[in-house]
Amino acid sequence: MDGSPATNTPVLTALGTLSPGAAGRLAAFDTKAHLTAPDMIDRLREIGFAEGLNVELLHHSLFGKDPIVVRVGAMTVALRRREANLIRIQLA
Amino acid sequence: MTTASLVAIVGNPNCGKSALFNALTGLRQKVANYPGATVERRSGSLLGDTNIELIDLPGSYSLTPRSPDETVTHDVLLGTYASEKKPAAIICVIDATNLSQQLRFAVELRSLDIPMVIALNMVDLAERERITIDIKLLSEKLGVPVVETVAVRKRGLEALKSKVLAALAAPAQPSADYGSTVKERQRAAQTIASDVTLSEGIGHKTTRILDSILLHPALGVAILATVLFTMFQAVFAWAEAPMDMIDAGIGWLQVLFTETLEDGLFLSLLNDGLLAGVGAVVVFLPQILMLFLFILILESTGYMARAAFLMDRLMASAGLNGRAFIPLLSSFACAVPGIMAARSISNKKDRLTTILIAPLMTCSARLPVYTVIISAFIPNINIGGIFGLQGLVLFCLYLMGIVAALVVAAVLKRTVARGPADTFMLELPKYQAPNLRFVMIGLYERARLFLKRAGTIILASTVVLWMLGVWPGPPEGATEPAVAYSLIGIIGSGLQVIFEPIGFNWEISAALVPGMAAREVAIAALGTVYSLAGSEEMIEAGLVATLNGLWSLPTALSFLVWFVFAPQCLSTIAVTRRETGGWKWPSFMLAYLFVLAYTASFITYQTASALL
Repeated sequence: MDGSPATNTPVLTALGTLSPGAAGRLAAFDTKAHLTAPDMIDRLREIGFAEGLNVELLHHSLFGKDPIVVRVGAMTVALRRREANLIRIQLA
Repeated sequence: MTTASLVAIVGNPNCGKSALFNALTGLRQKVANYPGATVERRSGSLLGDTNIELIDLPGSYSLTPRSPDETVTHDVLLGTYASEKKPAAIICVIDATNLSQQLRFAVELRSLDIPMVIALNMVDLAERERITIDIKLLSEKLGVPVVETVAVRKRGLEALKSKVLAALAAPAQPSADYGSTVKERQRAAQTIASDVTLSEGIGHKTTRILDSILLHPALGVAILATVLFTMFQAVFAWAEAPMDMIDAGIGWLQVLFTETLEDGLFLSLLNDGLLAGVGAVVVFLPQILMLFLFILILESTGYMARAAFLMDRLMASAGLNGRAFIPLLSSFACAVPGIMAARSISNKKDRLTTILIAPLMTCSARLPVYTVIISAFIPNINIGGIFGLQGLVLFCLYLMGIVAALVVAAVLKRTVARGPADTFMLELPKYQAPNLRFVMIGLYERARLFLKRAGTIILASTVVLWMLGVWPGPPEGATEPAVAYSLIGIIGSGLQVIFEPIGFNWEISAALVPGMAAREVAIAALGTVYSLAGSEEMIEAGLVATLNGLWSLPTALSFLVWFVFAPQCLSTIAVTRRETGGWKWPSFMLAYLFVLAYTASFITYQTASALL
């Protein structure tokens, strides 16, 4: 259902693995996430994450580099890396 | 229920919904920049039109409730909320600078069979960011009227009102279905947004620049620590002058009464009861306002959500998440709004834990207690030429509460509130210059509540205490002050058996009882008891000097520590019962805080006695 990556899509990176300064376009959500966190994708969408939006990792916490602050479209959202990993980025 | 038509204001968190509600109703209400500020039912008439009752519903991202306050929004809009009729119309507030994201909720609301008007808010900010939106087209696409507003400048309010009246008079707009999943509605919203947006805009530059400083890994934490430290330092230093003036005024009145009135019971009631008791509390108004000034500014600028981000890691170590920091910081002002703000926490166990540790955050009512004891026993010297020792001790007391709260949270999350930890996800709103009107209204409201409390609960407890303190009179040939033979003396001596191991004399033991009504009453009570014990010096030297002469340092320290953990006031117990739905958790809270307070005071007193 949720735009699973086709075989010919370029390499995507999980948002949660990036460092501040990294930017790109939100390409897809982790489809397997439905198994572990049933409505986490919906929560991410509700707070503003959507396919096609520009995403930039702005800041991370001093302690363990987690949580992170992400600019998504016109918004700024703080979240933890574990959830950010459900978001796949096509790096710019 | 009234016969007025019910109109609900809904929207995403941070869309300026509460500000619009304030502008439309003129009702005093808290505006905050973080999700979950609107936890109580707020209502008022629409621009003075009493035929329309406006309610402000908690900010939500969708009709799928994620937390107790979002459940309220969901239930009211679907007409299933027990104590609220279904709204006759809704005003959906959308932040014009974030159209595509916020339209998703509007699109979802269109599936309801309720007439709707869109308030496109913050259009001034959008203009500044060079965002251009085709209002007419947006209205056509959604099939509902759209009005441009600037809530904080009261722009577009009359136009909004006329559209609401028209929507109420006409049959409901046919509902529209934009899909049943979040993804489908998101697509629909994006399509509409890109169709009506003529110019994309340049983004909020100030926010990006400020965030690069305030959210900088090391610098950000240092700034947050500085902000909090300055807050506590300011409470002590900046409030000193007005406090001295109030104090002098009270002393002047007492001397005036002594000179003009006949010596007797009435004079004693005025001087020992009212002025010594209530006066001892009213003196702290400047400090409490100073504390609230800081919290209101942090809220209205948008910094509070940043603080939650910076604190997330620390909160995670206690099994909570950064979001819990917001109710906990509010609890520094008062635990009651803090406990209510915990409604924005989605996870049940996290919410319970937050409620249970909220009283460990030193509330402003404890400030009078700290201030009196610190002034009496801690020398007013400077350390390194910048920070006063008194302010430092005050900061340490706050720190003790915070550390204890984290430890207790960690224990609770592993025992009674065990469960998977919720994650942290929070929108960081744009920075805004603090709204002067909002801050002034907040301060006025706080001052009013505080003086009202002083005039009611504190006044009543003081008068009762005074009566218990003068009756029965001393026997013939009494060697001790009369108050020692009164009922208060008897109660105090009885309780002293329990409190002696932690260094409390009978006067303190007696003061703890009325301290349950409101914590600052403990100081009022001490004022009354000592005033009765030796009127003359008390009036001349004040409570601070009196205590300095009568208490040992270990007793003073033990008393301070007691109040770090002291079992909370009646209002906190009542709100905990309401929020947790029963007596189980308030009883638990009372018990664990009592044990904690007693143990900590015992250790403090015994250690200090051995060392000094």
